[in-house]
Amino acid sequence: MNPTALRFGIWIVATPLLIAALGLGFQGLAAVDSSLFFAWGYFIEVLIAGLLQGVMYSLVALGFVLIFKASGIFNFAQGSMVLFAALTMVGFIEMGLHWTLAFIVTAGVMVLLALVIERVVLRPLVNQPHIILFMATIGIFYFLDGFGQTLWGSDVKVLDIGISKAPIIIAEGIFENGLLINSFDLVAALVGAVLVAVLAIFFQYTRVGRALRAVADDHQAALSVGIPLKTIWAIVWSVAGIVALVAGIMWGSKAGVQFSLALIALKALPVLILGGFTSIPGAIIGGLIIGAGEQVAEVFLGPLFGGAIQDWFAYMLALVFLLFRPQGLFGEKIIERI
Amino acid sequence: MLYREAGQFKTSYGADQAIFPIRQDQIAIALMAALAVLAVPALASEYFLETIFVPFLVFAMAALGLNILTGYCGQLSLGTGGFMACGAFFSYKLTVAFPELHIVLVFLLAGFGTAGVGVLFGLPSLRIKGFYLAVATLAAQFFLVWMFNKFDWWTNYSSSGVISAPPRELFPGIFITGTQADPVTKYLFLLGFVALLALVAKNLVRSRIGRTWMAIRDMDIAAEIIGIRPLWAKLSAFAVSSFYIGISGALWAFVYTGSVEALAFEINRSFQVLFMIIIGGLGSILGSFLGAAFIVLLPILLNNGMLAVDPTISTALVSHIEFMIFGALIIFFLIVEPHGLARLWQIAKEKLRLWPFPY
Repeated sequence: MNPTALRFGIWIVATPLLIAALGLGFQGLAAVDSSLFFAWGYFIEVLIAGLLQGVMYSLVALGFVLIFKASGIFNFAQGSMVLFAALTMVGFIEMGLHWTLAFIVTAGVMVLLALVIERVVLRPLVNQPHIILFMATIGIFYFLDGFGQTLWGSDVKVLDIGISKAPIIIAEGIFENGLLINSFDLVAALVGAVLVAVLAIFFQYTRVGRALRAVADDHQAALSVGIPLKTIWAIVWSVAGIVALVAGIMWGSKAGVQFSLALIALKALPVLILGGFTSIPGAIIGGLIIGAGEQVAEVFLGPLFGGAIQDWFAYMLALVFLLFRPQGLFGEKIIERI
Repeated sequence: MLYREAGQFKTSYGADQAIFPIRQDQIAIALMAALAVLAVPALASEYFLETIFVPFLVFAMAALGLNILTGYCGQLSLGTGGFMACGAFFSYKLTVAFPELHIVLVFLLAGFGTAGVGVLFGLPSLRIKGFYLAVATLAAQFFLVWMFNKFDWWTNYSSSGVISAPPRELFPGIFITGTQADPVTKYLFLLGFVALLALVAKNLVRSRIGRTWMAIRDMDIAAEIIGIRPLWAKLSAFAVSSFYIGISGALWAFVYTGSVEALAFEINRSFQVLFMIIIGGLGSILGSFLGAAFIVLLPILLNNGMLAVDPTISTALVSHIEFMIFGALIIFFLIVEPHGLARLWQIAKEKLRLWPFPY
């Protein structure tokens, strides 16, 4: 049996066990402390809501992973790209374009943005330490934040592309009152799945995808077999820009297009730590774990600490994780780790 | 012509190691000190003292702290705001619990407390580095601000969560915090305090401990091989850095704004201080001051400039353009002059030595 399948098998067996153990743990806690409330149906409901929320985090995290894989740059500006894309799209829709048309135009804008970033920021900084590039992306973060809002204004905007937000109730027979799921979140999860599938095919079966993987493995070796690094970087940033656009549409129609969208990018950081910086499946699973973990912790542990632990729970989880497994669940083992 | 060191001979190791070895520098620094102590309080209006000089000195302190960690030891931190909040709340609790304790002592103790917190959150740096560490320090940022916001104990159960700093005296009768404190007194106190701590920092970074930090920054594996303990070097950098940042947080709350609130120390504060050291110069004490001055002055100048051009411009637009300019400046400095304003100053000095006969 090959190790990948083995690992997969372990995950499949371990996850339900872990969830059940967590549930039992919370049940025990609730029995001891009367301020806590626990019911299995409610637990599963919160868990599912968290998982779906996690998909949204994964959408943002995907953009990070793409850029990190191909260029080793940790793109802090991904969040502001999400905001910028959503703002631009809303702007075009407000101009009277149909949303599909607006989507295409905005995708074009994101590609243009990627080209500009590659030319103006990345190219002069080639061969600088990663940390300098990281700080440069913080600069991009600020610039895009200001630019997007200067262009389109800073009011909270509604982005409606016609996804229903009606709640769905399932499994009424098993649990009392059934399980309540937001249909919008389901659509978001579906979009996330499609996006990952498309990316996987793109990476695995196209010529450009092969080149991208080569660059990710070794810049110099890729250059020496004739892969144009600059083109590849432009492509990767464009793809990340389009991923940002999809994430922006999802988040924008869920929570409204506003400044705080740029800050959800920060939530993607613990997702990456958990999943590993270089792994696309890692970004997905990390997102799911963070999403579910923080929802469950907020609802079932939050009362113990006075609530609102959502703000930092993900980071603390990542911090603990860093201490034991710095490369993340699926990341490549890094040798330099002092 | 004036700026030549010809004829100035050093006859002792002490003279060779002086911070300002050249006589012209000594004269210049003495002049600047005189200007800062005598001319600024006499000439600057209350408004200028409150909006420019006091925040400049407070931010310079924070930038000093972050520069020790990021510029000298190479550990990127995005938790500056959280550590500043630590300093502010520690000093508040201390001064409320022990009202007769001298305020400077309170600030220093708050600094030591923050140093402890810094070491705690610096522990992951032993296993990770770069942006992994940045995420770990983000955890500190969010957790600390949440904690100070959430638990009323820190604000002594005040209902609004915002508390004004109690009045405290530097010398009997001379208040430096609270409403009756005079801006000039505040400014002079800050000037002395920050200058003293900057001197300590300058001497720290050019002594043994500072050299170990720089060795870790430049190449940690090589540093370990020549016998530097990474554990000790990194944690001491975290401790010293947090000490400075904690004191700057205490100064922020007590001397600058006069109110202790966690919301003043959000993530944007961390970025602001990070920008100061990038623009001012990573790994330079002087750079911390230049960067702080730059970042404090720029928004004020931009605001006034844009309002002068078009008085009807909205404040939201001004702040967005400010964001853009900050972002662009960061990228510009990283590309053109990664060593920041401090390096430009150095280049200017070298040019001046040859002037006006460069050949």
